[in-house]
Amino acid sequence: MTTRGIAFVSHETIPPSPPPGLSLGPVAWIRANLFSSISNSVMTIVGLAVVFHVLSAVIPWLFLGSIWNAGSLTECRSIDTGACLAVINERKWQFFFGFYPAEERWRPFAAFILMFAAIFPVLFSGASRKLLVFSVIYPGLAYWLIWGGSIWGPVMVFAGPGVGFAVWRYGGRAAGSVMDVNVAGMLAMVAGALVTIIWWLFLVEPLDDLVTGIVDIGLEPVQSARIGGFLLSLIIGVSGIAASFPIGVCLALARRSNLLIIRALSVGFIEFIRGVPLITLLFVASVLLQYFLPPSTEFDLILRVVIMVTAFASAYMAEVIRGGLAALPKGQYEAADALGLDYWKSMRLIILPQALKISIPGIVNTFIGLFKDTTLVSVIGLLDPVGIINPIRADQNWNGIVWELYGFIALFFFIFCFSMSRYSQYLERKLQTGHR
Amino acid sequence: MTSISEAPEQQFRIGMLIYDTRYRSYTIQIIALMAFMLAAAWLINNAIVNLAVLGKTFSFGFLSQPASYDINQRLIDYTSRDTHARAALVGILNTLLVAVLGCLTATVIGTIAGVLRLSKNWLIARIMTVYVEAFRNVPVLIWILIVVAVINESLPVPRDYCRTPEQLDCLNPVLGSFVFTNRGFYMPIPVFQDAALAVGIAFVLSVAAIVWFRRYARAKQEATGQILPVFRISLAIFFLPSILVYFVAGMPIGLEYPKLQGFNFQGGIYARDSLIGLWLALSIYTGAFVAENVRAGIQAVSKGQTEAAFALGIRPNRTMNLVILPQALRVIIPPLISQYLNLTKNSSLAIAVGYMDVTGTLGGITLNQTGKEMECILLLMAFYLAASLSISAVMNWYNERVKLRER
Repeated sequence: MTTRGIAFVSHETIPPSPPPGLSLGPVAWIRANLFSSISNSVMTIVGLAVVFHVLSAVIPWLFLGSIWNAGSLTECRSIDTGACLAVINERKWQFFFGFYPAEERWRPFAAFILMFAAIFPVLFSGASRKLLVFSVIYPGLAYWLIWGGSIWGPVMVFAGPGVGFAVWRYGGRAAGSVMDVNVAGMLAMVAGALVTIIWWLFLVEPLDDLVTGIVDIGLEPVQSARIGGFLLSLIIGVSGIAASFPIGVCLALARRSNLLIIRALSVGFIEFIRGVPLITLLFVASVLLQYFLPPSTEFDLILRVVIMVTAFASAYMAEVIRGGLAALPKGQYEAADALGLDYWKSMRLIILPQALKISIPGIVNTFIGLFKDTTLVSVIGLLDPVGIINPIRADQNWNGIVWELYGFIALFFFIFCFSMSRYSQYLERKLQTGHR
Repeated sequence: MTSISEAPEQQFRIGMLIYDTRYRSYTIQIIALMAFMLAAAWLINNAIVNLAVLGKTFSFGFLSQPASYDINQRLIDYTSRDTHARAALVGILNTLLVAVLGCLTATVIGTIAGVLRLSKNWLIARIMTVYVEAFRNVPVLIWILIVVAVINESLPVPRDYCRTPEQLDCLNPVLGSFVFTNRGFYMPIPVFQDAALAVGIAFVLSVAAIVWFRRYARAKQEATGQILPVFRISLAIFFLPSILVYFVAGMPIGLEYPKLQGFNFQGGIYARDSLIGLWLALSIYTGAFVAENVRAGIQAVSKGQTEAAFALGIRPNRTMNLVILPQALRVIIPPLISQYLNLTKNSSLAIAVGYMDVTGTLGGITLNQTGKEMECILLLMAFYLAASLSISAVMNWYNERVKLRER
């Protein structure tokens, strides 16, 4: 028997050999992702053919042979065969502002810029709370900028809730000294609401006239019929979105309330609105709404449309938020009750922040849907981008032009809606606080 | 010594209506109801006053008056001498036609796109992503206008159809019997002779036989474990007897082909450009949404389910049919049905391209001719509400049926 030591020990590590040529790098990637099997290869080839076909039609048309400066379609065609983008160049102001007076275009533009200042404190929680004051007064400011007229009209409208609040606060205190505090509080609240309504109905106009007579601060008034283009889409979309959110929250809470009548009213409203197409509601706005208002009330068409669009969006918003409320574990509701919070406190502090977070994707989808649906107002004759097309195509110079116009509008909506959906995905990730 | 004393009798004070939770809910509800009724009364009163001022009455009598306008796409007989009610019915049928067709194609397109979006093939997955994002983020009205424009601009006028040499399809015996022009599509219409009844009976009988055979196969599988080739046999029962009877009875079903007469085609089934455009646009648009639902549904079934089925020795096909699909469908179907609902409501955009659906007849021409805005819009809303509520009822029934029974 012989003892044998270890025959061989390597003194240095063997250098790693490079991976086989076909398992790394672009070739391997192409093999794995495009040609992994026969059916996959066929699909890849078909896909490449489709992409090539589309690009070879679009790129020369849009980039190589496009014409930006021409006076008419025939002139375009005589220059080159590509896209006649001259029409967009010539009509760009109509696309953006409709028939808004040229020298006043800075006003809607300023309103648009200020909109970002107004939504900044809403979207980003890091911003100062004081900025929210600007968000509150922004609607009045934007209205004044776009429609013009005396500044005192919007100021007086905004003063209404202020006066009502003062009545509630100080009237309640004064009455509390002579009677039961609780009863006084209740009476003061009713009085405050009544004062606000009376102020709006009867006092806004005379006060507006009065103060305008003393200090006239105003802009050139612009009629609604002249407002159009993307400006109109944004007016309807943004005001619908802003107004439908709080209404939607209220409707969702009402639908989940255990008060029978409140719930029934909410369900009836939501199901009715969701059951009919938006276009019928727009018909209501254009031909029916004035029947339901006091005789000889003159109501602006854009305002009527905004009201109906808001009602439409609130119903959808309510359903989305209701989904969020239902998805919240029951323990959250019970914990809020156990802490002794009353209904509104528990909703405001515990339930809604979580429920709204869950429903963010749905809320943003509703916003996107609403924004896309603003194109429907062209059916009742408003001059939104789709409505602007008809006068352009009726123009002798541009008769027969199609793709450039539709493509331009489609691109505009795509940019807006796509960035909104990306923002919602970002928000969803940012607000993801675990539980996984 | 202590004694339990009765709780002091509380006197009812008016403040308790708002501060005592026992009474507060009643207060709130009564106030809400009163406010609602007041608002409703105010609106109705305004409407009555306004109608009186304009000298209008609220009645549905106009429905029985002659409509005196033409509808160029219809499923039932209609002339301009027929009543407004019949015009509305034609419109309703047109709405249902485009809605049903659209739902079918949207499902097919959406399923294919949704599955392909999950494909391992990078290029195909990207193309499908582009499709879904492009269609979801652009308004449906614009897509409808674009598709109708494609039909109107790129297809030949009927007079020139099959005159140009590049249209080789015209010589094809199958494709050639279809006519695609910018005024619409024409396709052959089946013409039934008397003996066609026999074919119909044979067809109905074979469908009944398929149902019976499926039950038999299932019972047999449950009793003995033996699996019959159900699909192939069903297919055979579906086609063979009817075809046999068709030839035995002397080919009683013929086809009437569209023929060019003057400037237009006559005969066959005629679908206007607006119908085709609306149908295609709605299908492709809704298909993008369906694709997202399908993708979410498939991703919702965890991979463990597939692996467990394989571990049990179930074959891939059966795994798909018996394990994956039933679970994915539970996630897919509810949003799918609400997409159907959206499609039905979006079909009201027909008015933008001149397709005479119920919005175009009842809410369009009838409304403008008679001036009965309130009645027309009420009827229009009632129709759409009825349609939506019945679709939701189906959805609720389905949800109830497939709900997970948890203990």
